[in-house]
Amino acid sequence: MGNVLEVRSLSKSFGGIRAVRDVSFDLKRGEFLALIGPNGAGKTTCFNMLNGYLRPDTGSVKLLGRELVGIPPRKVWRMGVGRTFQITETFRSMTVLENVQMALISHNRRIFDLFSKATALYRDEALKLLELIGMAAQADRPCAELAYGDLKQLELAIALAHDPDLLLMDEPTAGMAPNERIALMQLTADIVARGHVSVIFTEHDMDVVFAHSHRILVLNRGELIAEGTGDEIRANALVQEVYLGGGSLFHEKETAHA
Amino acid sequence: MGFYLAQLLTGLANASSLFLIACGLSIIFGVTRIVNFAHGSFYMLGAYLSYTLVTHLSALGALGFWGGVLVSALLVGVIGLLVEVLILRRIYRAPELFQLVATFGILLIIEDAALAIWGAQDLLGPRAPGLSKAVRILGEPIPQYDLALIVIGPVVLGLIWLIFHRTRWGVLVRAATQDREMVGALGVNQALLFSSAFFLGSVMAGLGGALQIPREAVNLNMDLSVIGDAFVVVVIGGMGSVTGAFIAAVLISVLNAFAVLVFPQISLVLPFIVMALVLVVRPYGLLGKPGSEKGAPADPEAPLRPLNPAGRLAMGAVVVILALVPLVSADFTMILLVDVLIAVLFAASLHFIMGTGGMISFGHAAYFGVGAYAAALVVKWLGLSMVPAMIVAPVASGLAALVFGWFCVRLSGVYLGMLTLAAAQIVWGVTFQWQDVTGGDDGIIGVWPAKWASSETAYFYLALVLCAGGVWLLRRAAHAPFGYMLRGIRDSEIRAEAIGVDTRFHQWMAFTFAGTLAGLAGVVSAFAKGSVFPDVLNISSSIDALIMVLLGGIHTLLGPLLGASVFVLIESWVTRLEYWRFIFGLIILGVVLIAPDGLAGALSRLLAFLKARIRPGTDTKKEALHGQRS
Amino acid sequence: MMKRRTLLTSMAALGAVGALPARLLAQGATIKIGDINSYTALPAFTEPYKKGWTLAMEDINAKGGVLGKQLEVISRDDTGDPSTAIRIAEELVSKDGVAMLFGTYLSNIGLAVSDFAKQKEVFFLASEPLTDAIIWSSGNKYTYRLRPATYTQSSMLAEQAAKLDVTKWATVAPNYAYGKDAVAAFKTALKKLKPEVEFVEEQWPPVFKIDAGATVRALEAAKPEAIYNVTFGADLAKFVREGSLRGLFDDRSVVSLLTGEPEYLDPLGDECPDGWIVTGYPGTDIKTPEHEAFAKAYIDRWGEDPKTGSVVGYNSLLAAATAMEKAGSTDTDAMLAAMDELHVKAPTGEFYFRAADHQSTMGAWVGKTALVDGKPKMIDWSYEDGADFLPSEEEAAKLRPAS
Ligand SMILES: Nc1ncnc2c1ncn2[C@@H]1O[C@H](COP(=O)(O)OP(=O)(O)OP(=O)(O)O)[C@@H](O)[C@H]1O
Ligand SMILES: [Mg+2]
Repeated sequence: MGNVLEVRSLSKSFGGIRAVRDVSFDLKRGEFLALIGPNGAGKTTCFNMLNGYLRPDTGSVKLLGRELVGIPPRKVWRMGVGRTFQITETFRSMTVLENVQMALISHNRRIFDLFSKATALYRDEALKLLELIGMAAQADRPCAELAYGDLKQLELAIALAHDPDLLLMDEPTAGMAPNERIALMQLTADIVARGHVSVIFTEHDMDVVFAHSHRILVLNRGELIAEGTGDEIRANALVQEVYLGGGSLFHEKETAHA
Repeated sequence: MGFYLAQLLTGLANASSLFLIACGLSIIFGVTRIVNFAHGSFYMLGAYLSYTLVTHLSALGALGFWGGVLVSALLVGVIGLLVEVLILRRIYRAPELFQLVATFGILLIIEDAALAIWGAQDLLGPRAPGLSKAVRILGEPIPQYDLALIVIGPVVLGLIWLIFHRTRWGVLVRAATQDREMVGALGVNQALLFSSAFFLGSVMAGLGGALQIPREAVNLNMDLSVIGDAFVVVVIGGMGSVTGAFIAAVLISVLNAFAVLVFPQISLVLPFIVMALVLVVRPYGLLGKPGSEKGAPADPEAPLRPLNPAGRLAMGAVVVILALVPLVSADFTMILLVDVLIAVLFAASLHFIMGTGGMISFGHAAYFGVGAYAAALVVKWLGLSMVPAMIVAPVASGLAALVFGWFCVRLSGVYLGMLTLAAAQIVWGVTFQWQDVTGGDDGIIGVWPAKWASSETAYFYLALVLCAGGVWLLRRAAHAPFGYMLRGIRDSEIRAEAIGVDTRFHQWMAFTFAGTLAGLAGVVSAFAKGSVFPDVLNISSSIDALIMVLLGGIHTLLGPLLGASVFVLIESWVTRLEYWRFIFGLIILGVVLIAPDGLAGALSRLLAFLKARIRPGTDTKKEALHGQRS
Repeated sequence: MMKRRTLLTSMAALGAVGALPARLLAQGATIKIGDINSYTALPAFTEPYKKGWTLAMEDINAKGGVLGKQLEVISRDDTGDPSTAIRIAEELVSKDGVAMLFGTYLSNIGLAVSDFAKQKEVFFLASEPLTDAIIWSSGNKYTYRLRPATYTQSSMLAEQAAKLDVTKWATVAPNYAYGKDAVAAFKTALKKLKPEVEFVEEQWPPVFKIDAGATVRALEAAKPEAIYNVTFGADLAKFVREGSLRGLFDDRSVVSLLTGEPEYLDPLGDECPDGWIVTGYPGTDIKTPEHEAFAKAYIDRWGEDPKTGSVVGYNSLLAAATAMEKAGSTDTDAMLAAMDELHVKAPTGEFYFRAADHQSTMGAWVGKTALVDGKPKMIDWSYEDGADFLPSEEEAAKLRPAS
């Protein structure tokens, strides 16, 4: 059947802090899944276990039936998992285009090439990806000059470079202006809509979450406390309790769903 | 029993001396992130000053001695302060490690100044009044002064601990040590914090030197002979950790005191072996914290641009002019140029890992030296001729880099640098001592080129082809995916890993690649000089390469080429003068202050300026900032 | 072009203190000689050396020079690095056009320049390097050495050591070729003279980085009856201090290489050990007329007593000049031919260069250390001729490579 990812009983402790406890969920092909929760809930930790940056204390992660636990991130990437980071990670001494080219070079296994000119490789493909996310105009700008929001977008282009089955996006819109957020998530939703890629993203902006996600997981203090569609989550008493005071999350729902 | 106790006490007394100098170095590095080569000079100055003061105050007895020691420590502190305020403060924004070049210049200046002031002869100072004899402990004679030192070390440690934990200043110092970026954010007066840390560190160095006069003759080698060990102690303890430095000093000194009983030859490399072992097990030293290895935050490098047509033309012209040199000039010019070419390739290979790869190396001479020795050994023992030797050498140095690189790439920052240094020192120690094979200090002579290449002109062309070829290969690699990905890893390991790159492996291969080309430079040098000595492997040749890269400008591929050429040419000229180290030091300081972005940076600013003059309307600043022309 | 050249030459000559009058003479009227030494790396030993040859140059030039021409020494600092030394040698030979090279202190630099001389077929008089490889295992046609060999001086000491009523020896020497050669030569010579001796301990501190306390204790622990010391310079001072403090030298004979040389002895000041048997140079105590004249001239010129380096420097240039006179030209082959069996009448007594191994027979003084009027001195000394301690010329010839 259509499960891209099957996560079972994932747990991780840092010293005394149990950052993630017994988290299990499935992800279908073409699904757009949001992972939400207050600060420190364990979202990033969860992501880091999904693609190999952290080794879980217990549990298993299966991508299309293959176990990912114990596999380093670079291999997980080769198996078709892209990743963007909460705090952006790009090659700051390269241009925007070069950043994307590097992912393509790696995808084509040419990183040990000693003679070709790196900037001439996969240029068109890279430009296409930049066009896709609307950054073609910035292609030749040094990455170090970019605004934070642009870096986030660039990360998406990089993550799409190897045509992944699964995309993990950690707070993809943090630091962006509201209209940029909507545009970026719309773009992501469009990509998902083509049916090939599945996306899990974490997000603090509930507008974004409710607007696009097919399904929402709620994490609190490391535990999965709720799971369901936007409406189900809004109605969930436990979730309301967790987000007590964060009422803003819920009152704009109508417009958001429009 | 008494015997072992006495040996232990001897070790502990040495540990105190070592601790005093190392803790100052550690504090300075912790706060300012400066790798301070001049620290040994401050130590030497402390010894000379206290020699002078104590001798003059000898009528005052104990008061004269201890007063003299303290005053000289303070004087050295003031000198350190001046160095910080007048020179280093101006270049804190320069690229990582650049300040090291300035401290190297200061080291040269102080060396010659001390020679001019105190003369060449060693000076044996007076012993400490009241502590000039030995006491018997369990029947073994122990110098009273050793006992005093054993007390002084921990007392100083305690005082520093109190300052660090009970004063606001100390808390700031510790915060800065932990997280260099926080200093600015804290809103503290950064300049004042840095100056005071530098002052305290220099006082400790001066004190360490001043307290040595009852134990050894003050001499002009004190600076260099102590600085290596001091760095080792700082690194073993963990950069910025004063307690760590104390533990490390005790570890090294006590181990040495017992090691000389069993295996006297080991003294030579013992500290470096211990450091290598500690770093392999604990990548941040015994008490160092992750983050302590990182340099001061620096601006990101501009993207690499291929040479523009004018630049390419200029590069081509340089090669053509070089190729025409033999037609117009005397033999000696070619010999000098061969040295320049060797230095250029050596520096470029170091730049590949340091600039492109962001991996600091304080021991790159190891691969240069292995290349040179491999050639000399196959010539001497296997009777091979020049061409096969030239093939064997880079392979050997590549293998050496493969072996050491495996350990080194696991570390980062200054710790990585120190592990490369340890590797180089171990190779040096083996070469130095394995007399039957390597000839030891007497080296290997008779490594002259084949007949067809033995004329100055022929060898010049050979060197030109090999060195220019090597540099071309390095540049090519830097522009190729291999070099780009290496830069990517330097920028963000996490991102590189996230796009499928085995970062350690990639760095390892880069290390090996650079080592191979350093070996090529080494073999060209071996046949140019006709002989190989352990000197090619020692710290000072590694440092020379480091200075060339930094002076030239670490952020551009042109930097090492400029840096190496200028360094060799200036050195070749300046050594004709008396007190040339002083003058050389001044030149280096001048360059450092005028061109904090290195010679390449200064050159591109100059070109942009001229361009703007010729074609008004171009924005000078923008041109200068716009990307690194490679 | 011409202008540039003279500028460079005069810059080169800035280093040579006494070269001024010579330089003023027209180009063709001087004989240029290249000098290479570690002037910045080891100033304590090379400064007196430079003063020595400068004095010799002035003496010779005052008497009309050599072959009717004035001597001009172009002196360069090798910075303590063999590869720099080679570059300088190249420059001296190919650019400055010197007739010959002399100098070097460090063994490795001596060997590097010696091999260079062989390759480029230039006459090289190695003034100071102590390694015996330079005359024997790595000896070559173009290289001659002035200073008494490590082997020679060690043998002189072994002869004295054999007279002592002790059999259990310990050695301490810096951990590099010179130290190893010195210990090996001493052991061999002493065993030959007195087969019953045994060596109970060896210490090999790193050069200029001795851990004196630990070394002294290790020696003490072996309970030797006598000690053979090869450490020098800063190591020696530390060793002497720690040793006397810890009673290492009480009731023990010490035999010590080079320690009687003023370069090493003077810095010890009033802590100079008493009664060590040493090789060295007693300076102004040498009362031969030639030496007294030399010492007086030296003191007049430089305002200080001559040291070992002064003698070596003086004798080096003197030997070079003598060779040129004998050869009748500055042609390399002629000078080389003149060097064999070249007798030099030096202030320190006459010596000659052996044809078989190119070693001079210049000797050394063997005596005891003592404090006289609060000053360290050599006493009870006698001059030992190098010829008496070198292996015979036939034996020595066998030690050299065949070519
Ligand atoms: N490397 C680590 N060592 C120790 N504790 C950690 C580590 N990484 C995360 N934690 C802790 O684990 C918990 C979960 O952190 P995590 O970063 O996963 O939260 P998050 O849901 O991503 O929060 P945010 O919304 O702020 O990004 C937090 O309490 C955090 O302090
Ligand atoms: Mg997070």
